[in-house]
Amino acid sequence: MAVAVRIPTVLRVHAGGRSTLDAEPGTVGDVLRQLSDHYPGMAGQLLTQEGELHRFVNVYVNDDDVRYMERLDTKVSDGDVLSILPAVAGGVA
Amino acid sequence: MLRLPGPVYRQMVAHCIDGLPDEACGLLAGEPPSSQLSSPTTATKCYPTANAARSARLYEVDSRDLLRADRDAEQNGLALVGVFHSHTHTAAYPSPTDVAQAPDPAWHYVLVSLRDAEAVLRSYRIVEGNILEEPVVVLDH
Repeated sequence: MAVAVRIPTVLRVHAGGRSTLDAEPGTVGDVLRQLSDHYPGMAGQLLTQEGELHRFVNVYVNDDDVRYMERLDTKVSDGDVLSILPAVAGGVA
Repeated sequence: MLRLPGPVYRQMVAHCIDGLPDEACGLLAGEPPSSQLSSPTTATKCYPTANAARSARLYEVDSRDLLRADRDAEQNGLALVGVFHSHTHTAAYPSPTDVAQAPDPAWHYVLVSLRDAEAVLRSYRIVEGNILEEPVVVLDH
């Protein structure tokens, strides 16, 4: 068993077209760094240069947005699903 | 071209009016999108979502609503193909903020302007910062 990572359409080009990848368990930060190491094209899309979660990306462990949990320190265990979705936002301001 | 079944069109406009005085937003699902800008898309399903920004000038699709919509679309053999949001006091044209935050060139960015007595709906593709308006066809059924 591993962590299943669901890749959004816009990032699949950096993951050889795959929609799901496997990762080793740990924290959300650990999983995102694994992805960035394996798929350098994703690196700047997921984490800022300071190593924080990029503000235009939502990351979920199972049904929960990690911003409402422990952000990059949120635990991800074997069998969990980590989903990545681009934030959808805009406005007149 | 974006094709909108009548019920989807009415659901979008109603959700935008319900959201006043704030901007309202939601997601559209249809057949998985084509990268061909010219190929028409039919948005067969509308997901009204909460505006997490709770603002008359900004919108942010609530992240949990986004995940739910993405999963529901996939379970129905569809994909998210676009987003709609209202402009409460300005025209149905993407703002610089809308363009800066538009992540997907394959998506349809629908604006519903509530500035005038009658809602005005327009749709755009946003590709590398360029705004391309596309025709919208509202279907009878």
